[in-house]
Amino acid sequence: MQRIGVFICWCGSNIAATVDVAKVAEEIKKEPGVVYVKDYQYMCSEAGQLLVKNAIKEHKLTGVVICSCSPRMHEATFRKTAKAAGLNPYMLEVANIREQCSWIHKDRKEATEKAIILARAAVAKVSLNTPLQPGESAVTKRALVIGGGIAGIQSALDIADAGYKVDIVEREPTIGGKMAQLDKTFPTLDCAACILTPKMVEAAQHENITLYTYSEVEEVKGFVGNFDVKIRKKARYVDETKCTGCAVCTNKCPSRKAGNEFNCSLDKRGAIYIPFAQAVPNVAVIDTEHCLHFKTGKCGLCQKNCSANAIDFDQKDEIIEEKYGAIVVATGYQISDVTKYDEFQYTEHPDVVTSLELERLMNAAGPTKGVLLRPSNHQHPKDIVFIQCVGSRDTTSRGKCYCSKICCMYTAKHAMLIREKYPDVNVHVFYIDVRTPGKNFDEFYRRAVEQYNVDYIKGMVGKVYENEKGGLTVRAVNLITNERVMIDTDMVVLAAAIEPSAGVKKVASMLTASIDTNNFLTEAHPKLRPVESPTAGVFLSGVCQGPKDIPETVSQAGAAAVKVVGLLAKDKLVTNPCTAEPNELMCNGCSSCEKVCPYGAITYVEKMLNDRGIKETRRVASVNSAVCQGCGACTVACPSGAMDLKGFSNKQIMAEVDAICK
Amino acid sequence: MDSKELCKEVERISGINPRKCMKCGKCSATCPAFEEMDIHPHEFVSLLCDGRIDRLLKSKSLWRCVSCFACVERCPRDVEPARLIEAVRVCLIRNRNENFISPDEIPSMLDPQLPQQAIVSTFRKFRK
Amino acid sequence: MQINDNLEKSEFKPLIVAFCCNWCSYAGADLAGTGRLAYPADVKIIRVPCSCRVNPMFILKAFERGADGVIICGCHPGDCHYSTGNYYARRRMTLLFSMLDYLGIERGRTRVEWVSAAEGQKFSLVMNDFSKQIHQLGENKKLGDIRCKKQQD
Repeated sequence: MQRIGVFICWCGSNIAATVDVAKVAEEIKKEPGVVYVKDYQYMCSEAGQLLVKNAIKEHKLTGVVICSCSPRMHEATFRKTAKAAGLNPYMLEVANIREQCSWIHKDRKEATEKAIILARAAVAKVSLNTPLQPGESAVTKRALVIGGGIAGIQSALDIADAGYKVDIVEREPTIGGKMAQLDKTFPTLDCAACILTPKMVEAAQHENITLYTYSEVEEVKGFVGNFDVKIRKKARYVDETKCTGCAVCTNKCPSRKAGNEFNCSLDKRGAIYIPFAQAVPNVAVIDTEHCLHFKTGKCGLCQKNCSANAIDFDQKDEIIEEKYGAIVVATGYQISDVTKYDEFQYTEHPDVVTSLELERLMNAAGPTKGVLLRPSNHQHPKDIVFIQCVGSRDTTSRGKCYCSKICCMYTAKHAMLIREKYPDVNVHVFYIDVRTPGKNFDEFYRRAVEQYNVDYIKGMVGKVYENEKGGLTVRAVNLITNERVMIDTDMVVLAAAIEPSAGVKKVASMLTASIDTNNFLTEAHPKLRPVESPTAGVFLSGVCQGPKDIPETVSQAGAAAVKVVGLLAKDKLVTNPCTAEPNELMCNGCSSCEKVCPYGAITYVEKMLNDRGIKETRRVASVNSAVCQGCGACTVACPSGAMDLKGFSNKQIMAEVDAICK
Repeated sequence: MDSKELCKEVERISGINPRKCMKCGKCSATCPAFEEMDIHPHEFVSLLCDGRIDRLLKSKSLWRCVSCFACVERCPRDVEPARLIEAVRVCLIRNRNENFISPDEIPSMLDPQLPQQAIVSTFRKFRK
Repeated sequence: MQINDNLEKSEFKPLIVAFCCNWCSYAGADLAGTGRLAYPADVKIIRVPCSCRVNPMFILKAFERGADGVIICGCHPGDCHYSTGNYYARRRMTLLFSMLDYLGIERGRTRVEWVSAAEGQKFSLVMNDFSKQIHQLGENKKLGDIRCKKQQD
């Protein structure tokens, strides 16, 4: 017979305010097997844990139930406590009476009743628990970083500096990501390229880093410490080892129809191109959609003019297979679709641009060589209107419900830079709120207003339309003066919402990492484990987890790298002991379980068995506990009921059902 | 009914929670009748949030809204001010059982630039 | 006669068993709790490592012991932590539910829902809705084992 101790936590008033803790204690004492019951204000505190430890020793407890917050919060804490007191840590169960009881029910009687039932279920389960021993699995000392923007580069550099091999997989032909497109960065106004390109070069030259540009992750199998990944290296039609980046081919290419992605399609590029001058690797790539050779079979000018003989029209996609111990997701963001906002005329008028497009229009390497010109007539603008929150904080189907976080600051930056460079240009900013939490952020914004005389107007713009003079008229209301505002302007800049990159869903599915309703990757715990995915061995870096500016992205990238290094530094990982286990005497060797196992953990062996005195060799299932992840698919598939899952056995769950339905 | 109850009634009729409003002012910015109104659409929503429906009941704006639904279309928070205004009108009509415009007054108020839809919706409103 | 008296209780308080996947809906339920998004106390959650761990026997057992509704929550299709577990769960439950249907158990007493770890609100909505549905269906009399009921008294 088990000797079970039940510990009921008040969680301050979080539980005790809605659940009658004393009543729970009184009722649970009546359960068979329960020999000790104690309630305490904060069970997770040191004093609380000491209480548990002492009780285990004094009352010779064989099982412990903690009625407290979610097991996802403190199960590990209490298991350590049990272990310290000499009890097998898997002889402990947590009844969730906070998140799933006291916090959602108001009626004290009802909540108390439910808490008693939940505690009862946990007692019923723990009395059938068996001591479990976790196994060990090896760690592949290599990390994969998906995404080569500033987040991915920083994570990779930090991991590589710690002495581990890292591969960066980047979808585009060059690393650098969105930051490479930016002109200046807030709030210091240093040039984005000047601080990013050295890092790109460092990543390319680092002996521990391998770059797979123009590549995508195709398949991920395995689990923490042992991921098997297939990477598709798309055909560039240019031999990376031969190309010197001289850019002769890009100038010779007769096709000039493709929009230049790096400049947000504000100008055109050839069908063979190098994304930008500082691209890493500095290697050309052929866009087969626009290449005359691929379309008509003729041309081939690039091949004729390449002195390095690097053009290879017959190149094929290549599949690279590699093993990794940890994976960092750094897939970043994209600008959300603003074409849905027809009131802002984005599709109708070339002088309505997004902030990223303005970034290119102001960049010395951009389509206008850094001179701010109206895209429609290439003339100097006299008035510029900025519209904030386009698509952000929008709960309708058109927009995103969240705040994109970076727009207030980059708009202040744009406004300031324009006023600095062209004091004759009037800059108006229509805002709902100006959000500037961050070091030196508010000071920066106030400088735009006070020193640079940027006209901030509180109120969302209702409509933008073309006026008789060929310019644009912006109609809004100044909410401070409560008056109609009509501004004739030459350009309108939309602070468009940012959203996770289009491919993130596919990546998340492959990694079985969860994403939220906005396609941001979910963290293991919003406060305490912000750079880890709930899926072990997968880490989050940058905007794929939520909107962030560059300093935050870099710090998160570093944090993710530390977590990866912490994982790779281990020689062995402790595996989850809750694995499947067959009862060999009941197994009839039907292979049902083998077929449903997603990990291939089940094999069949010929084994000599002693079945009630009859000795014979039978074909029975055998589970590789290092590979089994404990999903339990096999336990249900087994027709003879031979397969069971340790820690979540049929008997245990049945006992829980019984206890709840009592 | 007192102001608070009336506000509840407005929420019930319109099916809209005015507290969803984030006070961006896009409704007023987009409103073609803005200059005609004493209480502008964004103020209208704000007053409803505060439960001060008495001011709305007496306002000219209540009858200046032409129900063009520009604000409904563009509100980023699905607050749909035009529907709230409509609900306040319904409230008022139900409570007092009186009309504020007689059909023969309408021709003089017609504006050639007024959208057809608005005229139809005005007639629908004052049919009795 | 005592049994009958029990059945005629004025206020029907259903008993709903929810099997929740540890990786998604259990976390979703936690999120509903953190956000104080209320749902009826009728719902009692049992944590399972994956929706595919739910043996149809558990559901039959719950009904036998007097549960009025059983709901299984798993990860959205394609998002299973173990790649394919929720697909197995979906197939198994489709079969089980059609069998229960054949036995005359109302279809509304069982349900499979996909709730992710980020969908606290959805979890609360689903539970409120399911509980309402069970309230309408009333007590589960067909599968309940009367012997189990007697033990209660």
